[in-house]
Amino acid sequence: MCGIVGLLVKNPALKSRLGELMVPMLIGMTERGPDSAGLAVFTDPLAEGERKISLYSGLTEEGEDFNWLGLAHELKQHLGVEARIAPQGNHAILTVGIAPEPVKRWIKEHHPKLHILSTGRAIDLYKDIGTPTEVSNRYDFKHLTGTHLVGHTRMATESAVTPDRAHPFTAGEDFCLVHNGSLSNPYGVRRMLEPRGIKFETDNDTEAACRFLEWRLREGDDLETALQKGFEELDGFYTFLMGTPDKLALIRDPFACKPAVVAETDDYVAIASEFRSLAHLPDIKNAKVFEPAPEEMYVWTA
Amino acid sequence: MDGLNFDLTEIPLRTVNDFLHKEAPGQGVKKVTIANPDGAHNIAVGLDFAVEVEVIGHAGYYAGGMNKAASITVTGSAGTGVAENMMSGRVHVKGFASNGAGASMHGGLLVIDGDAGLRCGISLKGGDIVVGGSVGSFSAFMAQAGRMVICGDAGDALGDSLYEAVLYVKGKIKSLGADAQIEPMGEADLKTVKDLLAAAGMNHDPKDFKRVASARSLYHWNADANQEY
Repeated sequence: MCGIVGLLVKNPALKSRLGELMVPMLIGMTERGPDSAGLAVFTDPLAEGERKISLYSGLTEEGEDFNWLGLAHELKQHLGVEARIAPQGNHAILTVGIAPEPVKRWIKEHHPKLHILSTGRAIDLYKDIGTPTEVSNRYDFKHLTGTHLVGHTRMATESAVTPDRAHPFTAGEDFCLVHNGSLSNPYGVRRMLEPRGIKFETDNDTEAACRFLEWRLREGDDLETALQKGFEELDGFYTFLMGTPDKLALIRDPFACKPAVVAETDDYVAIASEFRSLAHLPDIKNAKVFEPAPEEMYVWTA
Repeated sequence: MDGLNFDLTEIPLRTVNDFLHKEAPGQGVKKVTIANPDGAHNIAVGLDFAVEVEVIGHAGYYAGGMNKAASITVTGSAGTGVAENMMSGRVHVKGFASNGAGASMHGGLLVIDGDAGLRCGISLKGGDIVVGGSVGSFSAFMAQAGRMVICGDAGDALGDSLYEAVLYVKGKIKSLGADAQIEPMGEADLKTVKDLLAAAGMNHDPKDFKRVASARSLYHWNADANQEY
């Protein structure tokens, strides 16, 4: 079991309240996922040549005492890169004005235990072990701002409880996916992708779905085409919620084994595994509440 | 004591259910309203006396489950397994119902004004289900007894491995499950549909419904079937 939540604000005035509205959604899914939690928030994009990289130091020896300012200094010294760093305990967002690959390569080489959570112009990603309340407080989720976000509470079934196996998963840039369910062919998908040069970081089944869909997008499929190929290739139980810089997308397997409910008003679209996580939202009594059908694509644009 | 109101933002659901199980039957409680259900699971489960319960809002999983004698109304939607294993009485969902509505029901009447999700009436053992909208795939899977009236469409594999339950569908059937077949409507069928629609407060012409029942070809093992059903 796991919980998924998503929120996209249509009314720009709510962008500053994105985190505040979402935290009770995430905490509402604690019973479905008490062991880890995470979210990806999409903000206004950086300039064309800039990238932000979300980093996690919880697996390093220093943990939350990691020397983030030192990291920025090292990048300047060794790569000549001007990097801005916004640290928050064991998490930091590194912003650079160049293509991110050399920076990530350097980090992996010199700080192999520093986990790269996400890369992009719009995405910030946070995930860690702990209850949704603990993780929300750890990263001050209630003050997050942006247009939309994708969140997850985890009750591990397919791989161990570790921060890197928590959701959301990302691949490429500005793409993330959360999953409630369990895939039955993740190793088949993996064996198909690995010879194409796609590298995996964990043994988690969701990572296979995430890398598969991102691969399709990178090969030129639009989101709808990629999701259609997902229906054809991914076997098992799933409700997937995905985020791109301007979209939220939801699909459920043909058996609809894992739940989802959507509430939509003129101001927002909110998605959760159960209505419990939507009950506090503004004007929810007048929202259009519906259950998304199996094997259908639901895509909302920010 | 005739009527009682509970607000779930002020009182824990467990206390309300406890009251409905233990004290209410002896106190002559006739009507209970439950406000702000906010998707809580197990609202008004296991009731065992004739009481009217109105849940104002959206219910979570298993609302009205195992009901006996009570009449439970949910004004919003209901989550997975509404009225599952109901023995008697009535459960009425005014919005939509999620998966497994009326699963394993033994008796009583389940009315869903909106759509029902997948596996509605799975393993039905008795009682009646009337759905104003459509039902999802695998509905009435292995249904053994009882009746279902579906005013909208049915998804894939309707009535797969049916036993003696009978289904009536007004709209399109995406596909029938193994051993389910469409049969002619007899006079008794027309009366059944008319009575059930009346009980559910729905207005349709019984002549517009198709009867789906078991061909009974799976009742006995057929060694020559070569696993092709």
